[in-house]
Amino acid sequence: MATPSPIAERSIPPLFAEYELNAAYDEMFRARGRPRPHYRPLYARLLSLPAEELRRSKQEADLSFFNQGITFTVYGRQEGTERIFPHDLLPRIVTSAEWQTIERGLTQRITALNLFLKDVYHERKILKSRAIPAEIIYTCRHFRRQMRGVRVPRDVYVSVCGTDLIRLPDGSFVVLEDNLRVPSGVSYMLTSRKVMKQIFPVLFRKCGVRPIEHYSQALLSTLRSLAPEGRSNPRIVLLTPGVYNSAYFEHAYLARQMGIELVEGRDLVMHDNIAYMRTTSGLQRIDVIYRRVDDDFLDPLAFRADSSLGAAGLFNAYRAGNVVLANALGTGVADDKAIYAYVPEIIKFYLGEDAILNNVETFLMTDDVQRRHVCDNLQNYVVKAVGESGGYGMLIGPHSSALQRDEFRARIEQEPRNYIAQPTLALSTAPCFVDEGRIEPRHVDLRPYVLFGGDKVTIVPGGLTRVALRKGSLVVNSSQGGGSKDTWVLQN
Amino acid sequence: MLSRVADSLYWMSRYFERADHCARVLEANYNLMLNPSKASTEQRWHRITSSLGLGAQASSVDPQTAMMRLTSDPNTRSSIVSCITTARENASQVREQISSEMWERLNQLFHETAQSRVNFHADPLRLVTLVREGSYVFYGVTDATMSHGEGWQFIQLGRSMERACALSILLDAYFSEADGADDLDWVGLLSSCGAFEAYCKVYTADLAPGRVAEFLLLNPEFPFTVRHSADRMHTALEAISDTSSSRKIAVIQRIIGKLRSSLAYAQIDDILSRDMHFYLNGVIDQCRALHAAVHQLYIEYPIETALEA
Repeated sequence: MATPSPIAERSIPPLFAEYELNAAYDEMFRARGRPRPHYRPLYARLLSLPAEELRRSKQEADLSFFNQGITFTVYGRQEGTERIFPHDLLPRIVTSAEWQTIERGLTQRITALNLFLKDVYHERKILKSRAIPAEIIYTCRHFRRQMRGVRVPRDVYVSVCGTDLIRLPDGSFVVLEDNLRVPSGVSYMLTSRKVMKQIFPVLFRKCGVRPIEHYSQALLSTLRSLAPEGRSNPRIVLLTPGVYNSAYFEHAYLARQMGIELVEGRDLVMHDNIAYMRTTSGLQRIDVIYRRVDDDFLDPLAFRADSSLGAAGLFNAYRAGNVVLANALGTGVADDKAIYAYVPEIIKFYLGEDAILNNVETFLMTDDVQRRHVCDNLQNYVVKAVGESGGYGMLIGPHSSALQRDEFRARIEQEPRNYIAQPTLALSTAPCFVDEGRIEPRHVDLRPYVLFGGDKVTIVPGGLTRVALRKGSLVVNSSQGGGSKDTWVLQN
Repeated sequence: MLSRVADSLYWMSRYFERADHCARVLEANYNLMLNPSKASTEQRWHRITSSLGLGAQASSVDPQTAMMRLTSDPNTRSSIVSCITTARENASQVREQISSEMWERLNQLFHETAQSRVNFHADPLRLVTLVREGSYVFYGVTDATMSHGEGWQFIQLGRSMERACALSILLDAYFSEADGADDLDWVGLLSSCGAFEAYCKVYTADLAPGRVAEFLLLNPEFPFTVRHSADRMHTALEAISDTSSSRKIAVIQRIIGKLRSSLAYAQIDDILSRDMHFYLNGVIDQCRALHAAVHQLYIEYPIETALEA
């Protein structure tokens, strides 16, 4: 097994018999039966295993996920059902050269986006220079006027970011969207790595995979670096919407990994603009809140009055600088899909550089010419609502019916600011072990997690590779039949 | 520990104990009731069903219906199914704080009881047996797999609190109309507390109402007695106050101290010759006061008194 046996060009092993390459970039194969160099150890390993063995490994992995409680949980008074998060057995492998580009690109991007957020809520230089039209900011649903002029510790607005990258047919990575509010999924990255090490220990060592296990420590030290001044031993908590939230597993997991308290809004007490949590030993002051609750629900006094997930008075305590929220409020203005279109200009404006990672070509529906063009050719475009995530509010042109297109056309005309369009992209494909016991290509994206502490950017080498498990599907969101894979970034 | 977490653990434990108590009492008495009908049989049944929370309904429904309501009726708040469901709801709020074995046991018991209407309709006894056995396992797993820290102490507190109250209510139901009670009644009462064998070891099988009362109320060694429950509450409260040393526990210490000494120095003849009902109500009132004091100190305290020193 030390060197992969030379593979005759014409003979395709049965495991890969149905592996059809198409226009999309394939992560594993240059051509049919010819794996790229960094995939060769995996290829050789797969050929050395009987399909039955793979199936058993798959079951083993599923069981391990189940026992670790890595499940979507549906709670109800009568029912208590748990579904395991779909996971594919085969790792997605990224070379160190590819990763270097990604890392540089993401560092550049988060630096620029933080400068942009600071500017938007303070001097508005970028608007005055007309690099971005002002109305696109003020019409953004996630723009928080309450944040105007509020000083944010160390000017860090986005400290945790999950950026979705996809790979184009030419092999280059581009940014599909930024998640700057409360990105989730990092627990799947961490737990799936743990499982993969159990399943492919030899292969793992042989490939020289860079570690990601320090994510929790990195997150904790990023959060600590944001603590208000003069609080030498800051108390950090994770704020969750509670057990009914679909990401509750992740909240509990991260809190446990970091050794911090997992709190809900009803645990918080505000007094004299200071945040406390209610414990059996009395009220304890809180300095930093890693919040996994959306802006709207954080404080019923400042935002949605019907929210019971936050704490009344939290925003005032935040504004007074007594407690820090990570991410800051109002960051959604920078991941609005219409503003996304301007990110290359944003990078240019603040850093004077060209974007290292390009954007996907994006059409703004507020522009008459672009709108007419898209509406006339809807079958070729993907239309997205600007403020949505999770694959909701989307039209995939080539897979849509005339009726759906008419409906979207009407919606676009009615609310052009709410929509953008992008050409249908061939996401790259990666090998997946499918139910029939074969390996077939499926479309994937990549979500690395970026931590920003003001002067330091930490990106653990890897991320969440999301897979569209349905054959031919381009939708990778977990809510829509997507799954995940472990991502291996190689040492060299 | 977060107050919310402590509160959920406490209530999980109370509701679980409530289901367990209900199962034990029903199991012990349901069989007795099947004996050839006689006025006292009916009376005994009504006595225990009303003590289990059926209230005024107890005398108006037939035994089968009462049994069904107390076991598998989700609309009766004190039914076994309702209590297990509420216990599980509390546990699910703090799933990260309890061991996974505890969660699994509780979850399993929940699923088994939730389907009991379908599965056990013909034989409600199977459900009560299932719950009683399940509860031994749950208590064992709780002790064996969870750290005996503050959270565990709140679980102990909840269990003992519930037990002390439930026992007092049960004793009251028996002794408030003890005239005409026969040996079968006293066997039923002792079995309801799983105490028949333990009683015999102390007093032999000679069943005298005064001794039964003395055993279930004042025996310090058997786990299903009021005094033992009070002692357990005391231990748990001491441990809790050790971990959260900043709190002022004088009120709690006074109430639990008073309760314990009234049980430790009481003589059953005195109690019986005065007013058993009055005495038992006194115990329940003190438990309520203790519950309120604990809640006030650790869970729902006013902000002004609790700012960090």
